[in-house]
Amino acid sequence: MDVPAASACPACLAAPSAERIAAAAAPKDARLFLSLPTAHCAVCISDVERALAAEPGVRTARVNLTLKRVAVEADPEVTAERLVAVLDRIGYEAHELDPGTLMVTETDRRGRDLLMRIGVSGFAMMNVMLLSVAVWSGAEDATRDLFHWISAAIALPTVVFAGQPFFSSAWTALKAGRLGMDVPISLALILASAISVYETMHSGHHAYFDAAVMLSFFLLVGRYLDYRTRAAARSAAEELAALEVPRAVVLRDGAEVTVPVAEIAVDDLVLVRPGARMPVDGTVTHGSSEVDRSLLTGESLPAWAGIGSVVLAGEVNLTGPLTVQVTAAGRDTSLHRMADLVAMAESARNRYTSLADRAARLYSPGVHILAFGSFLGWMQITGGDVRVALNIAAAVLIITCPCALGLAVPAVVTAASGKLFRKGLLIKDSTALERLAEVDTVVFDKTGTLTMGAPEPVNLADLPDAAVEVAAALAGASSHPLARALADAARAAGIRPANVTDLHEVPGYGIEGQWRGQVVRLGRAIWVGAEAGSITATHLKIGTAAPLSVAFADRLRPGAAEAVAAFQKQGKAVHLISGDVAGAVGDLAGRLGIEHWQAEALPADKVALIAELAAQGRKVLMVGDGLNDTAALAAAHASISPASALDAARAASDIVLLGTDLSPVAEAVRVAVKARRRIKENFAISLLYNVVAVPIAIVGLATPLAAALAMSLSSITVSLNALRLK
Amino acid sequence: MNMLAYLIPISLGLGGLGLAAFFWSLKDRQYDDPKGDSQRILSTEWDDQPKP
Repeated sequence: MDVPAASACPACLAAPSAERIAAAAAPKDARLFLSLPTAHCAVCISDVERALAAEPGVRTARVNLTLKRVAVEADPEVTAERLVAVLDRIGYEAHELDPGTLMVTETDRRGRDLLMRIGVSGFAMMNVMLLSVAVWSGAEDATRDLFHWISAAIALPTVVFAGQPFFSSAWTALKAGRLGMDVPISLALILASAISVYETMHSGHHAYFDAAVMLSFFLLVGRYLDYRTRAAARSAAEELAALEVPRAVVLRDGAEVTVPVAEIAVDDLVLVRPGARMPVDGTVTHGSSEVDRSLLTGESLPAWAGIGSVVLAGEVNLTGPLTVQVTAAGRDTSLHRMADLVAMAESARNRYTSLADRAARLYSPGVHILAFGSFLGWMQITGGDVRVALNIAAAVLIITCPCALGLAVPAVVTAASGKLFRKGLLIKDSTALERLAEVDTVVFDKTGTLTMGAPEPVNLADLPDAAVEVAAALAGASSHPLARALADAARAAGIRPANVTDLHEVPGYGIEGQWRGQVVRLGRAIWVGAEAGSITATHLKIGTAAPLSVAFADRLRPGAAEAVAAFQKQGKAVHLISGDVAGAVGDLAGRLGIEHWQAEALPADKVALIAELAAQGRKVLMVGDGLNDTAALAAAHASISPASALDAARAASDIVLLGTDLSPVAEAVRVAVKARRRIKENFAISLLYNVVAVPIAIVGLATPLAAALAMSLSSITVSLNALRLK
Repeated sequence: MNMLAYLIPISLGLGGLGLAAFFWSLKDRQYDDPKGDSQRILSTEWDDQPKP
């Protein structure tokens, strides 16, 4: 989707600011979409709908369980953040989605269009088949001709309507000078219909109307399944892009205006509140705070930012509000430039040829040669009887037509991705499963992937109780992640916060208060007069006593240990590579039993590791979340990122993990291996069927009945085989 | 054999009715959320009166 650049509309800048404020304040569409990764049952549906409907201003809320999403119709003043908070209170994880990026109707329309064609060809197939059975069981002369004419009246409009997707794609292929899968399909449909009409006019015995409509029915089913997988992949990509909510607060003529990020121009002043992500690159002009750069660099310690500091899009502002003068916005931010690099790395991977493409490349010329060869052969044998030769050539085309082949891959991929979606994995790329099946080495990132990327205090028990109580009270007044983690841990340990008064936060430094007549401070080492160590820590100073340190460690992501263990059990080599310091990385590797680990790795080092493993002939699966992982994600044979990852990282990976739990990742590889086996079996089944049926057609013994039987049998066998996927 | 003159149009008409019903259900977006619909039937929420 094209995002208009702010500079493209100079007239907008000249417009009166009051009008602009009014326009920005009233969103055009109050329809909100929230993603609900954990919803799975009837209770979830009614819980979510009831909670949302009870919210003032909400008119209707409807959960779509298939897409794990809820659509809310609400008054303009209802914000998505409020609804997310409501759902969070009743225990459902929810993320805002951008309705503009979702393009729900467009995706729907094309799917419905295909469904309608399937319905029409299914109706025609049943009716023509009834008439054909009468002919096969012995209807003769005038009755047979009448039945053929009625069949023609049903089948011809059906082929014209239902065959359109094949005709248009075949035409595109021919214009480009290629022979796609759709050329033989279109040829078979047209030839079968034309010959059948000719035969009917001359009271012939055999008409292939049933074969023509049956062909279009089965092929459309395959096409629809394929479309569904692609639509799911596309809507996943859309959903992920939509997760990054593109709005920012801009100061214009002293007023705070919420505008889409796409409309921010260079030199605008952007207000970034604590907890928000920088929407642009810029220089701080007002305020002081700390910024979390972990997504960009992998370092877990927040960095200080004050007037004159340079901040980059994607960093998270932690403690104080910052006013940032924009130096680059939209496509020009360092974040997007990085994403463009990733897109280049990705195009290299797109050279992967899927199993279906490889099959089609062999198949398509083969069919044409066979059909044309039998036409020439029979012309020779019969001494120039075009009618007989054409009839046989049509029979060969119909028999070889790839009903089973067209269903072989989509049926399996649909079964497999449905199974993985239920486990919380979204397949973004149509060849992802095939590539995932070949993986023999797994490379994990640390911060945000194996760990939650959220710190947890580790030495509370070693500190004096009074100190912990004071620390808990001070921490409770801040939204800094370390303070919040400390307050949560104290609450969980049953510690009652001390009665600290005059609490106030010094942005960028910490929290200060009064306790029993003493000044107490919790915050940065320099501010409280403590030694700054190498581990993540916050420091507490009570009065004039020596400062105490509260050390933090990153919490392990649930399921991380299980996933690593499962990969090792499958016999895959597991690596850990991180931009964090050696101590933290080595400790985690030890805890999870990972032998190969590398710390303080730059993004280029990660790519180098992947390239080195690939050069050894290994197929690497990269699991990572940060911007520093994106190039590695794009370079790897297959890649997975959690939903909490930055959008560039999610865009670069094939599969996205929707929930917090990491354990389905190992499961995904197992399912992929099985899916690939089923696809190969399906190819074998269609090949076997062709080996048996084609000679019969070439020698001229294939009747319409035989063609119908063979076609439906092979298609059903292939679909049933796909359903065996456990 | 004259029966065919009635039976064939009747069978085609019935089939056409089915096709029309399919078109209607498609236009009515009844295939948008098959999984949700199969779960909604288990909820007792609107058992006593229809949803307003």
